[in-house]
Amino acid sequence: MPSEMKTACFDEMGPANECREQYRLIRDWLENAPEGTLEIKHREAEFIFRRTGITFAVYTSGGDPERLIPFDIIPRILDNSEWDYLSSGLTQRVRALNAFIGDVYGKQEFIRAGKIPAELVLLNPGFVSEMVGLPVAAGAYMHISGIDIVRVGPKEFYVLEDNCRTPSGVSYMLENREVMTRLFPDLVNKARIKPVSHYPEDLLETLRSVAPLNCRGAPEVVLLTPGIFNSAYYEHSFLADEMGIELVEGADLVVQDLMVYMRTTRGLKRVDVIYRRIDDPYLDPLVFLPDSSLGVPGLMAAYHAGNVTIANAPGAGIADDKAVYTYVPEMIRFFLGEEPILHNVPTWKCGTPSDLSYVLEHLHELVVKDVHGSGGYGMLVGPHASKAELAEFAVKLRASPQTYIAQPTLALSTCPTFVDSGVAPRHVDLRPFILMGREIRLAPGGLTRVAMREGSLVVNSSQGGGTKDTWILEGTG
Amino acid sequence: MLSRTAENIYWLARYVERAENIARLLDVALRMSAVPQESSDGTNEWHSAIVASGCEDHFYEAHERAGAQEVIHYLTRDRENPSSIISCFAAARSNARTVRTALSTSAWEAINSTWLEMAELDDKDFSPEHLRKFLDWVKERSLLFGGAVASTMMHRDGYWFNRIGALIERADSTARILDVKYHVLLPEYETIGGTIDFYQWATILRSVSALRAYHWVYRDRVKPWLVAELLILKPEMPRSLAYCYHELTQNLDHLANAYGGARGECHRQAGKTDAFLRYGKIDHIFEQGLHEFLTGFIEDTDALGLEITNQYLT
Repeated sequence: MPSEMKTACFDEMGPANECREQYRLIRDWLENAPEGTLEIKHREAEFIFRRTGITFAVYTSGGDPERLIPFDIIPRILDNSEWDYLSSGLTQRVRALNAFIGDVYGKQEFIRAGKIPAELVLLNPGFVSEMVGLPVAAGAYMHISGIDIVRVGPKEFYVLEDNCRTPSGVSYMLENREVMTRLFPDLVNKARIKPVSHYPEDLLETLRSVAPLNCRGAPEVVLLTPGIFNSAYYEHSFLADEMGIELVEGADLVVQDLMVYMRTTRGLKRVDVIYRRIDDPYLDPLVFLPDSSLGVPGLMAAYHAGNVTIANAPGAGIADDKAVYTYVPEMIRFFLGEEPILHNVPTWKCGTPSDLSYVLEHLHELVVKDVHGSGGYGMLVGPHASKAELAEFAVKLRASPQTYIAQPTLALSTCPTFVDSGVAPRHVDLRPFILMGREIRLAPGGLTRVAMREGSLVVNSSQGGGTKDTWILEGTG
Repeated sequence: MLSRTAENIYWLARYVERAENIARLLDVALRMSAVPQESSDGTNEWHSAIVASGCEDHFYEAHERAGAQEVIHYLTRDRENPSSIISCFAAARSNARTVRTALSTSAWEAINSTWLEMAELDDKDFSPEHLRKFLDWVKERSLLFGGAVASTMMHRDGYWFNRIGALIERADSTARILDVKYHVLLPEYETIGGTIDFYQWATILRSVSALRAYHWVYRDRVKPWLVAELLILKPEMPRSLAYCYHELTQNLDHLANAYGGARGECHRQAGKTDAFLRYGKIDHIFEQGLHEFLTGFIEDTDALGLEITNQYLT
């Protein structure tokens, strides 16, 4: 199967003897680079990442607790027209998802119109009943989202999943460009790439634009992190630094008289907007998990009083549930009155008996995901699984079918990648980041993730995937 | 600035300074162990290094005697010892990582690359013949960090907390070094002393990099009471108690002024000790009792650290 896929899938640079226009510069460089140059550049990049401390902690197994995410020096390139298409599709999708969240915690018209089963929404672990009937600033729930896109042909893109809670990876998007600019100043210059470096400013403006009504003066924005042991801690500190805001932990914040304050060397200081990178259940021990020490007691009460904005809003996760995902095209039609620009991957809901029997029959050719999992944990890639693994998974499926969805094994596009054996095609996806405050903004590009192992389709960094710089070219195409 | 951030910066500076001080103590012990001698109280340089490092109780819980090998291991790389050089650098790096955003890139990289290079060290690097190279590296890394902080960080609260941490640690260290050898610094000792004493005095000076400074200040042969005066009362000597407190009060004042003028108990205590060191005379300290003075000073500095914590770091 993997060998079949190799010939079948779309390569971003083009087939062996051709080269797509946007890759010409890179291909010429690759062909003319003196022997050993790639190896040297690759090592240099690794050195820069290590020295600046751009690491990623992985939850399982031993080894180096501060692992580097492999960085590949060959960029992934999209031209202007491809990006225009993607960005209009992404904007549309985010508007619909946000409208859906507002509806879930508001009038619930989507449910009442019979567009989605009520129990799928109301009994979903991502549903936060405390949000019902609560207005939010500018009507924005998913201020920061990351939407995973895969490509299977020149004009065929699919949305793999939506991340509406606390998507990570944007720091790699920024650092990858920084490193590429240091390593290949000429190439970066010649290629005329749309810049991404203003992302932190856009993020800060987005967060400021959703300050609560009760906020007087310039809103004080903070980034709430679970702390140094979190896998994305580097990103938290990077973003806080780039925005010039305080990076706080739960213990740094205190609620008094329904206002949120941070403890500073000058005493207590009022906080208006919290960009939180901790999950809903940990936000406030008085409302959610009582033994969580990551959050702030009383935070939800302050939120309810309209004295602070939490971004993303608690309960936004209802929109990125993998079972809810299948209803997104219908959300676009229902809330926007438009036809979806970007398509979903065809998906079988294992909770539906007919779908389940199809999935069980075709398990060896499908990808099966836990609807509540993330980061590639608890996922089955049928074509790569052994007989025993398939049998074992079938048992799990039968036991709780509603917790799984299945999708065809897509022939993800490949991109030339520098690996031990030289330059070879490896599968990639793309996570663009979308900001939503009073307006919607996208950083041109996003994070390209690459499966470093030959034939592998799993790009998650927790599963050994790497990243590439993503270039959106100015003005061509 | 968040109190937690300030606290991390303060401790980061203390740990780096402590690593450097421990390296100096070991450097001197190595030097002295090369001189054939028998000191009057039957102890040796390795024991002195342990006492001066402030780890005496902890060390003797696990060791019967202070031999070269045990002390070197304990003070350089023993993870059980929170004040070993390796522990200090690891703690400094962990603190730095927590407050990365409050450090300049150069200051962070100075700490992080120290930590990365540390991971490459093996047994050989700690062997007696390579130890000096390791100790030089430790001092270099500390100086690199100090330099990066001084020339790349904004001179505002983060910088001042960094300086305050380093100065508290240094004042404590210099006082301990003096206290270990206080008996050879008393004026009456000169008459009893022999040739060995030159080494004793030189040891103290070397352990705070002040042998040259002594000659520049006094243009005289080494006299014990002048050694004490240099390290206690001379404000131009950057490891003296007077220097540390002079700079401490200045940095505490910067903080108070930046924060709207509010002063607290830490300002009072620092100012009181600073005034004593600035206007005091070494004769009076000898009359009071050098040992008593130093013990009191170490306690006061400890108390000052607590007051700074109360005022700003919690």
